[in-house]
Amino acid sequence: MTREPESKENRWGGFGWVLALIPLLLLGLVLAYLVATGGGLRELAGPPLERVKIERITLPAPGVIRLEVVNDGPQEVTIPQVLVDDAYWAYTVTPSNTLPRLGRATFTIPYPWVAEETHRVVLITSLGATFEGEIAAAVVSPRPDASLFGRFALVGLYVGIVPVLLGMLWYPWMRRLSRPAMNFILSLTVGLLVFLAVGTYLDANEFAAQLPAFWQGVPAVIFVALIALGALLALGARQRGEVGALELSYRIALGIGLHNLGEGLAIGAAFALGEAALGTFLVLGFTLHNITEGVGIAAPVVRKSPGLGHFALLCLVAGGPAILGVWIGGFAFSPVLATVFLAVGIGAILQVVWEVGRLVARDSAALGQPLVNWVNLAGLTAGIAVMYLTAFLVKF
Amino acid sequence: MNHPLLKLFSRRELVRGLGALAGATGAAALGLAQNNAPAEHSGGSGHAAAATVAAKGMSAADHGSNVVMGVVDPETNGFDPMQMLVDWDYGKVSKLPGGQTLREYEFVASEKEIEIAPGIFFPAWTYNGRVPGPSIRCTEGDRLRVKLVNGSSHPHTIHFHGFHPANMDGTPLPGNGGLVQPGDSYTYEFDAVPFGCHKYHCHAASLKRHIHKGMYGAFVVDPKGGRPPAREFMMVMNAFDTNFDGGNEVYAVNTVGFEFAHRPVPIRRGELVRIYLMNLVEFDLLNSFHTHGIMFDYYDHGTTLEPTLRTVDTVAQMQGQRGIVEFRAPYTGPFMFHAHVSEFAELGWMGHFNVVEEAGWAEALSRVGLTAEWDKRGLDGATVAWKGGETA
Repeated sequence: MTREPESKENRWGGFGWVLALIPLLLLGLVLAYLVATGGGLRELAGPPLERVKIERITLPAPGVIRLEVVNDGPQEVTIPQVLVDDAYWAYTVTPSNTLPRLGRATFTIPYPWVAEETHRVVLITSLGATFEGEIAAAVVSPRPDASLFGRFALVGLYVGIVPVLLGMLWYPWMRRLSRPAMNFILSLTVGLLVFLAVGTYLDANEFAAQLPAFWQGVPAVIFVALIALGALLALGARQRGEVGALELSYRIALGIGLHNLGEGLAIGAAFALGEAALGTFLVLGFTLHNITEGVGIAAPVVRKSPGLGHFALLCLVAGGPAILGVWIGGFAFSPVLATVFLAVGIGAILQVVWEVGRLVARDSAALGQPLVNWVNLAGLTAGIAVMYLTAFLVKF
Repeated sequence: MNHPLLKLFSRRELVRGLGALAGATGAAALGLAQNNAPAEHSGGSGHAAAATVAAKGMSAADHGSNVVMGVVDPETNGFDPMQMLVDWDYGKVSKLPGGQTLREYEFVASEKEIEIAPGIFFPAWTYNGRVPGPSIRCTEGDRLRVKLVNGSSHPHTIHFHGFHPANMDGTPLPGNGGLVQPGDSYTYEFDAVPFGCHKYHCHAASLKRHIHKGMYGAFVVDPKGGRPPAREFMMVMNAFDTNFDGGNEVYAVNTVGFEFAHRPVPIRRGELVRIYLMNLVEFDLLNSFHTHGIMFDYYDHGTTLEPTLRTVDTVAQMQGQRGIVEFRAPYTGPFMFHAHVSEFAELGWMGHFNVVEEAGWAEALSRVGLTAEWDKRGLDGATVAWKGGETA
């Protein structure tokens, strides 16, 4: 390098960082000018645009409706009146019914709602714009008491832990499989992971669509997923050579765990919103749907003997988050958290698709076969098909 | 059915299980709301019941909280629905050479933001800055001269109901007077016939928008022989589509939703009450008027001296229909009057009469901020004295 930059550096005598502040100072001036004078754009100012979002509706008790409202419009909004089922209704509000941009308020409405029936709430702004929310089927929102905590945990157990555990019980059988047959099982694992990645992406977008606009939910899902994928790949690349078989199992378990967290959230939230046409049938469906997850987690370690302790832990990592998900979804649902969890899940699943895919590639090469051969393709297809067909039980 | 999952997913079970826990919270929330409700509203018996329920802990909810929060200050709009009940506009009165009475009016069309329910503002189009516009009151056969000055940014007209020549009809049809463009004016001149409970409104296109934005008012023509002396009110049933989706958000009498629920209209027990009632609601096919504890006679369009309906407590009016309601309230106390279209009632078309004996009259007036002047105007509204005959 030349010496010139050095000499310039010297001229500022160690205060070179001041140069970095100049654009910021000028930016401050421009902003101040725009705010103070309108910057000659006053004539471009359109009519006021009011937008609020009813983020969450809960029914804390019979005869009470609670709305959590966020202002995701470009300016302050006042909500002078509230309607329930096309009737103006008295309410209390904290902290205020005037919401600054990005501000929040909680409206409590003493309304004699009718159990298991549908109600509609409307917020009306000072300019007469209306914003709607629906209570699909009114039930008292679940409260975290010991009994319900336990019952929710039971749902998570059936949806998460049980199927993973049952799937893992194929492990002794898998150990007896020939190498080509094992490649089929690993391809099947890739198939089910691809299905989960797509499903998790769609679920994440469903939650993202409920978010106030400023969160930019849909792109945020993609970016969080990419960052999670990148971070996990970088973590994997730190070690020389291949990721260890047991570590790969843990990574699969982690990805599946995040996916199951999402499933738990959805179940818990649906239950809290009274939308749960949930019955034993749906739980049964999830149990069946998730059973191949156990196969996927156990597949990388068929040539090892990790011991029961590791299997128990793997099962907990993959299935346990379902319990957590039902709790969060049922008691303290937040579409923001749900979106973030699911987006991380996408990244985690994509990363294990990559790792297991490499395993299949290596084993195929060892057998002198191309990566895409009929056995592998059949495995992949079988993985997707099993997930797709068992999903018939849980999609309505 | 003993399986725990089956239990978990029974929603009935859950509701029952949490019921006990919920009671206390519900009561607290309701109590809070009661404190926030406008003070005037504790007048109705329904609201007293609500307070009792709140005190006991809420087991069965009532409809006592169907209110708007806060009140509209008449200063904000520059007009008061309560005063509009009695503020007849007789015009500038003079005699034509032939002895005919001439009444001259000037209506200025203007745009104005009005508060139609507490905190909800509507970009109205008005005659003389008010919705409804001035309540014209005259006698059958008077000559009316109404000058429309268009001070707004859209063309407007005044279309009067009743007999009149084609060029005074106030529509865009050629030969009907045409549209009065912004900055222009036009004078409608015709004889007030027949007697009745009429109205006027803007007939520029789009008709729906020009009407529901507020360009209408009462046009009451007294019969030459007068009507029996009574306390008279002018009630325009109107509504506002605040989000412009082709359905109304706020319903009212004389513009402000729930106004007469906050401020019950005082009447004396046994006195004859006559209401000039008209329906200017857009988008909905029908509106109605219903009294509690009171039956009334009804004169459709007000063009007869004999009732067209006797002893009813509900009457329907389609868009643009109007008529005269006459009754004597036999009992004292608060009595609701409202649209018997329940949806409209819950969206603001709800009022109360406060029926009192002579002894309670002064208190009933002062409670809702009224003076003896309002009382007098209500009794002296007619342009012509009753000349005897059949009494109502």
